[in-house]
Amino acid sequence: MIEARNFAYMFYGFTAAWVILALYVVTIARRESKLKQELARLKNIVEDRERK
Amino acid sequence: MRDKVLYGIAILAAALLARNLYLIFLQLPDEAAQGAIYRIIYFHVPSAITAMLGFMVAGAASGIYLGTKNLRYDAVAAAVTEVSLAFATVVLVTGSIWARIIWGVWWTWDARLTSMFVCWLLYAGYLMLRSAVEEPTQRAKFSAVLSLFAFTDVIIVWKSIEWWRNLHPGPVLSIRTGGGNMDPAMESMIYMNLLALVLFATVLVMVRMRQEEMRREISSLRQLALAQ
Repeated sequence: MIEARNFAYMFYGFTAAWVILALYVVTIARRESKLKQELARLKNIVEDRERK
Repeated sequence: MRDKVLYGIAILAAALLARNLYLIFLQLPDEAAQGAIYRIIYFHVPSAITAMLGFMVAGAASGIYLGTKNLRYDAVAAAVTEVSLAFATVVLVTGSIWARIIWGVWWTWDARLTSMFVCWLLYAGYLMLRSAVEEPTQRAKFSAVLSLFAFTDVIIVWKSIEWWRNLHPGPVLSIRTGGGNMDPAMESMIYMNLLALVLFATVLVMVRMRQEEMRREISSLRQLALAQ
């Protein structure tokens, strides 16, 4: 019984570590996509104004 | 070229992590007194060292920024701090889960745990400060000073297990004790996983650095758009 609980908590520990890092990677990826969109939008605005 | 290096390091980190997980779960034995839960050490300790190394790099970059006023160093400090904070979160959460089994409590206010929690709060505050200040040079100056101040707590975290009597165990790695406190196979797995996590953290820092560059470009394009 104690051994099973011990094993379960080991599983929770590893899962928690990977979930935290995975969430952080997802956050970074979403931020990157937003930044790329914003950069493209601003480049278009500046280029449009320069043409005019 | 930089993308190729980034992908190369990412593949290396992933391969090393996969190899380490195989060895941790299928090759290395349970620890005699603690059983299976002891395997948390292979992530807890390497994550802690990765976070501490990151905070050290952030402190150095902040110091160089204050000396040179080059915003590139501010970007390095911001990127490294954010990644290190993710690893510090892993340390606190895995430590708490380990403590529940070994000490019977999720948390106790002993010197190591408390100083690590304060460290987490300081660096979370650093990131909050950065998002609160708009002007880049002012933001860089304030956050560099806070980063240097916060680094004093990193030293306290590191030395706390020597300075005070704690529930948290004392040093076990041979680089601090001279050896004899841990089975060599178990200790070498900690170093191998440290290498894997440092490589993984390097990839994350490189991505964050690229994002900081994009932010700078966005900021200058906004100024240009307003000036037109």
